[in-house]
Amino acid sequence: MLIFEHSRPGRRAQAQAPKSATRLEGIPAALQRKRKPRLPEVSEMQAVRHYTRLSQKNFSIDTQFYPLGSCTMKYNPRACNTLAMLPGLVNRHPLAPDSHSQGFLSAMYELQEILKEVTGMSAVSLAPMAGAQGEFAGIAMIRAYHDARGDTGRTEILVPDAAHGTNPATAVMCGYKAREIPSKADGDVDMDALEAALGPQTAGIMLTNPSTLGVFERRIKEIADRVHEAGGLLYYDGANLNAILGRVRPGDMGFDVIHMNLHKTFSTPHGGGGPGAGPVGVSKRLQPFLPVPMVGTDGHDYHWLSEEQCPQSIGRLSAFAGNAGILLRAYVYAKMLGAEGMQRVADYSTLNANYMLKRLMDAGFTAAYPERRATHEFIITLKNEARELGINAMDFAKRLLDYGIHAPTTYFPLLVPECFLIEPTETEARESLDAFIDAMIKIREEARTDAEWVRGAPYTLPVRRLDDVRAARELDLRWQAQEERA
Amino acid sequence: MSNIPENLKYAESHEWVHDEGDGTVTVGISDHAQELLGDLVFVELPETGAQLKAGDESAVVESVKAASDVYSPVDGEVIETNELLADSPEVINEAPYDNWIFKLKLSNPVQLDELLDAAAYASLVKAEED
Repeated sequence: MLIFEHSRPGRRAQAQAPKSATRLEGIPAALQRKRKPRLPEVSEMQAVRHYTRLSQKNFSIDTQFYPLGSCTMKYNPRACNTLAMLPGLVNRHPLAPDSHSQGFLSAMYELQEILKEVTGMSAVSLAPMAGAQGEFAGIAMIRAYHDARGDTGRTEILVPDAAHGTNPATAVMCGYKAREIPSKADGDVDMDALEAALGPQTAGIMLTNPSTLGVFERRIKEIADRVHEAGGLLYYDGANLNAILGRVRPGDMGFDVIHMNLHKTFSTPHGGGGPGAGPVGVSKRLQPFLPVPMVGTDGHDYHWLSEEQCPQSIGRLSAFAGNAGILLRAYVYAKMLGAEGMQRVADYSTLNANYMLKRLMDAGFTAAYPERRATHEFIITLKNEARELGINAMDFAKRLLDYGIHAPTTYFPLLVPECFLIEPTETEARESLDAFIDAMIKIREEARTDAEWVRGAPYTLPVRRLDDVRAARELDLRWQAQEERA
Repeated sequence: MSNIPENLKYAESHEWVHDEGDGTVTVGISDHAQELLGDLVFVELPETGAQLKAGDESAVVESVKAASDVYSPVDGEVIETNELLADSPEVINEAPYDNWIFKLKLSNPVQLDELLDAAAYASLVKAEED
């Protein structure tokens, strides 16, 4: 039931709103609305109960194991929330002068420096509001670099077929043609195909390393050399940075530009579409093009850097300076971990993934890349189960919910049929990992005796299996009042 | 095993081609392809008059699992698209060989010989399923 459906005319939450009407002086009659907005009219207790009930329906990292591959759903330390919400930070006005924002600015400056160090890049801008915007900023900088040199014949961005769908979309948004490079059966980029695709039209390549296939691209140095020799630049998609944090630096692999998903790797709350933070880091030659604002220092005070100080910048990406609250949480997280802690993130996220992969293989499940060591995530294919037992990846995913486990990423990457992309993260105890594997074995058993039962899952949630086909064909997201529907 | 009619030619990227015998062909996606995709929810059709090369992205079929490109199996000009798919993409799931996506006027008819016949396509599908 929606809060609008609880609404009764004239009912008020007295504590929330003054009863007297505000007088609209000075607003021209033509701009005044004729009808009241249809805001829900409920009592305070109704509002509290409504939202408390909704929160109880959450299937989230605070309540369940959430091994959603490529999304890094790790625990969000409460200390990060607490410290990012100190009154001096929360109450700071976005337009407050630099002299009144020294605490906030020093934290942002230090975060820039930390991210530079941990990725091996020359400079970092925190401006992008999310991963997709970080990607856009990254490719826009590659374009700005080529343009600034008068090298305008470069029209193509190379994208491996295992890439996130945002990569080719980003290339197109920046005015490039996306050209797909196939992967080999072992998950690495096909070097012959790369060689054939490189040329004077190559502006750059977008790589995720480890890739979305859950394996480390072993020939990355060779790829970097070949792309650079052809005059192109390398863009690093930071989706899987968790696997290598503090251990391997994209800058050392030869990347020219990188975006980081702080909401993944630096553990800020996400899911359901936001909020995110997608800072970009660059090598020396791309530094002039970084998006503004950034934070600079004269060694004593901190100040914003804008187009004035950075004339070649690709510009602003939002009205203010990124998602300040998220950046602060990431800053606290980075400070709490320190350099050693970051290495442990990489160590335990890959250990957990390899432990799960091994146990699942021992239990008879099929790894997509059995000869490869997993990174922080790995893929199993349930095509045998689909063929022999008649239950596919979606059926497994839905039944896992009944066992109190959020489903892994299903049917992505597209290269692997009936696949689960499983990312446990470093923050789970061994018991959670075991519970997942036991549930998988149990579901397979259930399917052997009663496949129909598994196909009907879930049974224990507020809603049963949703008709996602109908939802996609007849998309309807807007609630309308009874009288508007007529 | 999915249905693979004898009278059609196939591309490795899972399109079927029917030679109309008058210099034009009809193109759709195979039973195997629709099975892999699952329930289709949207089909993006090419523009009539578009000049396509073999291997060009010509249409997009979108299911609840994924959006996949449909590649042109041969060179040619798009002379007609199946407008029924705009409102009823599910007909491809129901009858993939009756519900074509676009028709091409061939610009290089010998390319038809390079496409797979039913037996060759069947072994490709079998290899993929194993």
